[in-house]
Amino acid sequence: MVDTVMTEARGPKPQKAVTGPKIIIYTTLTLLAIYYLAPLYVMVVTSLKTMPEIRLGNVFSLPRDVTFAPWFKAWATACTGLNCDGLSRGFWNSVQILVPSVVISIVVASVNGYALSFWRFKGANVLFTILLFGAFIPYQVMLYPIVIILREIGLYGDVWGLVIVHSIFGMPILTLLFRNYFSSLPEELVKAARVDGAGFWRILIRILLPMSTPIVVVAIILQVTGIWNDFLFGVVYTRPDSYPMTVQLNNIVNSTFGEKEYNVNMAATILTGLVPLLVYFVSGKLFVRGIAAGAVKG
Amino acid sequence: MYSVSVKDLSLSFGSVDVLKGLNIDIGEGEFLVLLGSSGCGKSTLLNCIAGLLDISDGQVFIKGKNVTWAEPSARGIGMVFQSYALYPQMSVEGNLSFGLKNAGLPRDEINRRVSRAAEILQIEPLLKRKPGALSGGQRQRVAIGRALVRDVDVFLFDEPLSNLDAKLRADLRVELKKLHRQLKNTMIYVTHDQIEAMTLADRIAIMRDGTIQQLADPDEIYNRPVNLYVADFIGSPAMNFMTGILGKKGVQVGDITIPVKGYKNTLEMNDGEIVVGVRPEHIATGKSLADAVFRAEVEVDLVEPMGADTLAWCKLAGFDMRFRVDGQMVLKEGDKIEIGLDPARMHFFDAKTEERL
Repeated sequence: MVDTVMTEARGPKPQKAVTGPKIIIYTTLTLLAIYYLAPLYVMVVTSLKTMPEIRLGNVFSLPRDVTFAPWFKAWATACTGLNCDGLSRGFWNSVQILVPSVVISIVVASVNGYALSFWRFKGANVLFTILLFGAFIPYQVMLYPIVIILREIGLYGDVWGLVIVHSIFGMPILTLLFRNYFSSLPEELVKAARVDGAGFWRILIRILLPMSTPIVVVAIILQVTGIWNDFLFGVVYTRPDSYPMTVQLNNIVNSTFGEKEYNVNMAATILTGLVPLLVYFVSGKLFVRGIAAGAVKG
Repeated sequence: MYSVSVKDLSLSFGSVDVLKGLNIDIGEGEFLVLLGSSGCGKSTLLNCIAGLLDISDGQVFIKGKNVTWAEPSARGIGMVFQSYALYPQMSVEGNLSFGLKNAGLPRDEINRRVSRAAEILQIEPLLKRKPGALSGGQRQRVAIGRALVRDVDVFLFDEPLSNLDAKLRADLRVELKKLHRQLKNTMIYVTHDQIEAMTLADRIAIMRDGTIQQLADPDEIYNRPVNLYVADFIGSPAMNFMTGILGKKGVQVGDITIPVKGYKNTLEMNDGEIVVGVRPEHIATGKSLADAVFRAEVEVDLVEPMGADTLAWCKLAGFDMRFRVDGQMVLKEGDKIEIGLDPARMHFFDAKTEERL
């Protein structure tokens, strides 16, 4: 019996279409997906309903008369304090904070990581340890000292003050990321470039950075989501005029005159979350590749 | 004037001495091979000559100029690495011209040198490709080309063929030899492969633990190794060794006496042990037995056929011996065969100092 099976076996091993483990895996995954997506579904559906319809209380039902009015209100006319120009103000504030913070932190961290992995200077390891230690200090401890520092250099309440804070707080993890990625590149590449007469900056700009797309993408995603979603620093270090989008969202949702406009709140929340969502969709694949590349060695 | 001179070169990483006061003078147009097992400091020495490692002590001269503190690019060297180290985002042409652009050479001069190097190495059709689209052999040609375009006097090779498969390695080895004959540059070549060393070198420096054991031409290294380490290291399969006591009639090894008459040096009598070395290819069998001074009948323990020749293992006076016979000869385990030794082709070492006698 065994013999006949052995002699017949040839080519790819046949796969059973439906097996016990497969059923369990797919069921679990489907249930988890529903669990995670249900709130998003409720948000989208609610944001498209009119207030009378929401008051009926059927949270999961599809909207009877689809309306985009809540979205317009959230973006352009919702009031927070004295300003009644909706989230649009916060959106542009956030963009103004985000772009320079991401650029500065990545530029500085890539130079840090490069110097730490290829130009072993005296005390490099001590410096790196100190930098890493910074990643483990809770933000709350530093909130007030930073207020004083920003006040002293005249940037308290300014968008640029927040840019500096974000750039500094992104430094430890980004430096680690770049250092590990560069350590995985062959050292002979840098040696060859040195024989070819390239200096510190030229090696980084002409040779290493062009090879670093995956890790730069990872850094961009980390920084964009981190800075965009930040609430604490935004509310502490800026004034109402320059509040980032998240702070303004909170203010819109918590404004209490009259009834709670659930549809506007839902629309505003989705609008605020769109930027990180977009970044994930655009670069999801590169993200995974970059994280893996950085994790191999170090 | 020497092309490259290394004087009292030392390098320490913390408390570890990697290079210990090395001195080498390399002549104009010479092909010098640094040979040694891994960790002997041969690549480190090359990196020091290139200026890629800061040295602890000593001096490096290239073309009579003291370059001890000079940047790698200012030393007049070109270097080829084991991993090729091609810039992956640049085309072959970009790789070749990168150093020249850094040096600020005019456009037409760059083009002239790149096309000359491409012609010599026969990589013209590849100029527009990225390194990722090249085979291993092609990549190594480009890496050599990158050194070539620099128009330098000294080429440094850091195990350039070690990443290639055996056949390609043999092909490129021949090409390197031709290239050297054509260019007549000074070349310093690091390898752990003794075949590469023997075939390419004008002189070989055998290194061990950061010191040079012997610096001589391949013939001298093979025929007159200065100590046991070199004798054991050079030659594949390796030399056979037996330990014995020198007496009036010869060396007493176990129950046999191996004559020493015919050996080029006169061996001084002392009570100490001496080591007798004989290469597998210098043990006579068959017709060549007629010339052998010493003969013995042995039983074959093991046979390793290698095609062109066959390696046979036996025991002589309690020591394992291997000897080389013709590949066509029929030899089985358990066969009795007569072997012969000729003192003129044997080696004698002091067992204590391990130096050649």
